[in-house]
Amino acid sequence: MNPASSHLLQNDVPLNWYLMLSAALFSLGVLGFLIKRNLITVFMSIELMLNAVNLSFVTFAHQWHMVKGQIFVFFVMMVAAAEAAVGLAIIIAVFRARATLAVDRIDLMKL
Amino acid sequence: MHLILFVLFAGLCLAGAINLLLQSHPINSALSLIVVMTSLAVLYLLLGAEFLAAAQVIVYAGAIMVLFTFVVMLLNAGQEERTLGSRAARTVGFPAVAAILGVLATIVLKAQGLGTASLSDGITPTEQLSAELFTKLLLPFEVTSVLILIAILGAVALARRGDGERTEGK
Repeated sequence: MNPASSHLLQNDVPLNWYLMLSAALFSLGVLGFLIKRNLITVFMSIELMLNAVNLSFVTFAHQWHMVKGQIFVFFVMMVAAAEAAVGLAIIIAVFRARATLAVDRIDLMKL
Repeated sequence: MHLILFVLFAGLCLAGAINLLLQSHPINSALSLIVVMTSLAVLYLLLGAEFLAAAQVIVYAGAIMVLFTFVVMLLNAGQEERTLGSRAARTVGFPAVAAILGVLATIVLKAQGLGTASLSDGITPTEQLSAELFTKLLLPFEVTSVLILIAILGAVALARRGDGERTEGK
């Protein structure tokens, strides 16, 4: 990197901002998990939290110049895909048994 | 330039996440979640993770969200209703989340020694990622394929109408 180009691109972003964004997204995910009353939207909030954590993994991978953080995100993505498939199958099974998606009415594990 | 892109897509990300909470219809929430995930892909690219940016768009914004919208439309999920439980969740939820955000923000803002990200940082090549993944981490990678196989079987077994249920319905 020559000095001229680094001077041109001087407005760098501190990595704390990325971590702040990750924290904010995680908090919004927790909030959605608590206040949303629809089973599918609650599940979407969980996905939002997973994404927020992925962002902080990538940020730290950038900070320490290690590729392992990115590989961890790759594994989280794979597990999230499996989790989404199983979770949505459970939602379909619950809807079939209860004919509702409101979390207040789904308060028993037993069908 | 990096700053402009960061502010633009971080703002889009936060707007999408807030819109997810404000919308009462699940399909609108699903669409704003797609906005969040796509702008996160751009942020990954800004941090030099080009493979993850592509995987984020393909796996998250593509596969997972298609599954979500498919289920929302299949179950014909309507407006969510306000109940006593939702009011209780609000009164407990907002202070709890404010506390979590406060703690996280203090830790992050006090953190010393974190560097900066700029456009001249360079991109982690996918080659480097795969070299690590397919040599040192080959066993976890193969175990994940078993996990996904089990997840597929589990999803089919759960979503399938059981035999007992069918005779019951008659």
